[in-house]
Amino acid sequence: MSKIEELNTNIFPTWCPGCGNFAILSAFKNAAVQKGWDNSNTVLVAGIGCHGNILNFIKLTSFEGLHGRSIPVATGIKLANHRLNVFCFMGDGDGLGEGGNHLVHACRRNHDLTVLIHDNGLYSLTTGQTSPTAPHGFKSKSTPLGNPDYPVNPVALAIASGSTFVARVYAANIPKLTEIIIKANEHKGMSVVDILQPCFTFNKEYTNQFYQQNTYWLGEDHDPINKEVAFKKAQEWGEKQIPLGIFYQVEKPSFEEDLPQLKEKTLIEDAPLQRDLTELFKKYS
Amino acid sequence: MENSQIYSIKIGGQAGQGVKSAGLMLSKFAARSGFNIFNYTEYPSLIRGGHNVMQINLSAEEVSAPSKRDDLLVALNQETADKHLPELTEAAEILFDQDSGFDTGKVSSQIRLFAVPLSRLADEAGGNDLLVNSVALGAVVALWDGDLGILHDLLAAEYADKGQQLMDENKKAAQLGYDFIKENFADKLKQVFRVGEKGATKMVLNGNDAVALGAIAAGLQFAAIYPMSPASGILHTLALHQEQLGYVYKQPEDEISAINMAIGASFAGARSMTSTSGGGFSLMVEGYGLAGMTETPLVIVDGMRPGPATGLATWSGQGDLLFALRAHQGDFPRIVLAAGDVKEAFDLTMEAFNMADRYQTPVVLLIDKNICEDEQSYPLFDVSPYSIERGKLTFSTQDNYHRYSSSEDGISLRAVPGSGNFFIANSYAHTEEGFTTEEGNVTQEQMKKIMAKLETCRRESMKAPQLFGPPEADLTFVSWGSNKGSIQQAIKKYPNVNFLHLIWMNPFPAEAVKEALEKARYVVDVECNFSGQLAALIREKTGIDILDKMLKYDGRPFYPEEIEDKIREVMKQ
Repeated sequence: MSKIEELNTNIFPTWCPGCGNFAILSAFKNAAVQKGWDNSNTVLVAGIGCHGNILNFIKLTSFEGLHGRSIPVATGIKLANHRLNVFCFMGDGDGLGEGGNHLVHACRRNHDLTVLIHDNGLYSLTTGQTSPTAPHGFKSKSTPLGNPDYPVNPVALAIASGSTFVARVYAANIPKLTEIIIKANEHKGMSVVDILQPCFTFNKEYTNQFYQQNTYWLGEDHDPINKEVAFKKAQEWGEKQIPLGIFYQVEKPSFEEDLPQLKEKTLIEDAPLQRDLTELFKKYS
Repeated sequence: MENSQIYSIKIGGQAGQGVKSAGLMLSKFAARSGFNIFNYTEYPSLIRGGHNVMQINLSAEEVSAPSKRDDLLVALNQETADKHLPELTEAAEILFDQDSGFDTGKVSSQIRLFAVPLSRLADEAGGNDLLVNSVALGAVVALWDGDLGILHDLLAAEYADKGQQLMDENKKAAQLGYDFIKENFADKLKQVFRVGEKGATKMVLNGNDAVALGAIAAGLQFAAIYPMSPASGILHTLALHQEQLGYVYKQPEDEISAINMAIGASFAGARSMTSTSGGGFSLMVEGYGLAGMTETPLVIVDGMRPGPATGLATWSGQGDLLFALRAHQGDFPRIVLAAGDVKEAFDLTMEAFNMADRYQTPVVLLIDKNICEDEQSYPLFDVSPYSIERGKLTFSTQDNYHRYSSSEDGISLRAVPGSGNFFIANSYAHTEEGFTTEEGNVTQEQMKKIMAKLETCRRESMKAPQLFGPPEADLTFVSWGSNKGSIQQAIKKYPNVNFLHLIWMNPFPAEAVKEALEKARYVVDVECNFSGQLAALIREKTGIDILDKMLKYDGRPFYPEEIEDKIREVMKQ
């Protein structure tokens, strides 16, 4: 695809006006055009939530799975055809609540996937309940007295779980988001990008203004190969204290690179082979 | 001796003593000596301690069931001798460790006792505790006048990768056991093993082996399987051969991941499967419907054990039939098959892959634990009649491609990602292109389309049930799963009894079943579950209510003896 328009479908986005998902959609399309991601080399997977609708608005082959289950589907795709760029769109409730286990294990295996978390601190498609990234005390339909739980930290979780590329971006900064999506995809191994995404309709705390006032970019002095430093930076959150950028990036063979069966070709390059069992049968006689 | 005579040998010991491997070797020995084999294993869910037994049933003719009686008991410990004494036939034999302190006082005088210094001879052979098994095997071979050379060959093959010393020690142990019997009991030997014609090479394998081998034969490319008894044997075999044969087995973090990974790989074009037991299948239920809705081919094998919850982890059950037929919200086309023995498990696994591809939907294969883990002997399977059928599938760019386009048979052309075709494989209600939709008429049309596939399958793939025995009989058994072997064996002696064995559960051969049952004068349903799930299905599909049900839900199999008791009871009426 050489033009953004070629990536458009005839489906009009169903998100609320001003939704952070529009920015993520734009950044992704920019990145796709820049890098030539098309239907011969790229596949998208999403879970269920506001984020999942994105698949209807990008003319790239995709799999709309179940709530929380985008990562295992993406893993299966990558193992079957590791030459594809495999993107996993997930929500914070979807990927950190329902599917948290899959994220942890995909990180530790270092599958060559690009995981983009649409992190709005809420279950918005179900009209605004507290999600795993909502702050303590947060009032929502499911927590009218204030959220009794403390939030999960997606960046720290991904680093601790073994992801080899971990970044955080603020959705509205489309050029930066485009750049990070490209870098995440170019990274060989598990890339997790936590995208801070305002929800105008239901989240009155994590607004554009909040993120504009409180985020800052990690400087050139940040050393992304130092896990301890990355982890320490990941703990920062608060007034003018939300770091953005690449926290952690190290070179390590991906799961797929390490698998002998995938050295020469993909699993699907040859048609399934009707195998001769003569030798195997001998083991049972 | 009559050719149809079945000999039963039971080997027992505590978990960790190697009962299973000794039993397997003895059954391979018997198969190489010309016999047919049916093994039956009982063990608790423990790694050490606990009581393990394996029964090897052998006959010059086909043998397909466990037996309630034993002709030879090989007691590797005291508990085995105590526990299984009541099962012994009148002139049975017990081989036990001379030094085990086994109290022979309570053994009937007709039983022949063979006290062998198993541990002492194992010490002499090298000292390793597990050598006791090889001593015992050598002794059994001598006792029933077998060819020690065959046992030596089997030991050589078994220990080929484990070092010369271990191989030599085991051979020596077998020799010592063999010599001890020959020297001390020369007048008491029974000529069993020498009489069989050796015939063609036979395999001794169980249902887990058969599923894995069937998948390999059918061109498996990807499997994601989380361990669970009694189906873990499938993954063990698949994991072992993956590098050499070029497919991928992946151990996932849970069964939810297993089924979603397999769906992802299948969506990308790979022949994919997963397997589990009922508890794991419970976790897979949302993925089951996902494969149905996205029209992704998938083979799911459920190795059944008694439930609910943890149930009996290492025992057999047939309680997942209605679960596999009903699991998941809403309707979607599901093909559900049940294997009756190891060979059927092999054939149906291969067929399941073709049907998953052809109908682009999940295929569940049910096998109960008694098939998963009990070996039977067969001539080498002939896979040449099989051919891989992938159905409507393209890897190239199509003009104006619609993934879910309407078609009379319900099957649309499936493309894979990377083929240049844009589409969404969508779990949400969707249009022909795969876009999410809320439109009532589109939703309705797509539902009709996917359900049409089941009709196509009924028309083009479904097979009629098998009727064993005479076409008309005074008594007809209806059953499924591993009960097949016991019923088949039991009805051989009764010319007025037949048996309807069901494999296709969905689509269901309602007409054929109805016809067979309407002809029957008296019907007995045989199942290993509490509620008679097959009987319920038959009633739903044919309106026929089977009143006499033999139901068992204690994890144990139906023995041919119990089936015969039932025949006699019914015939009296």
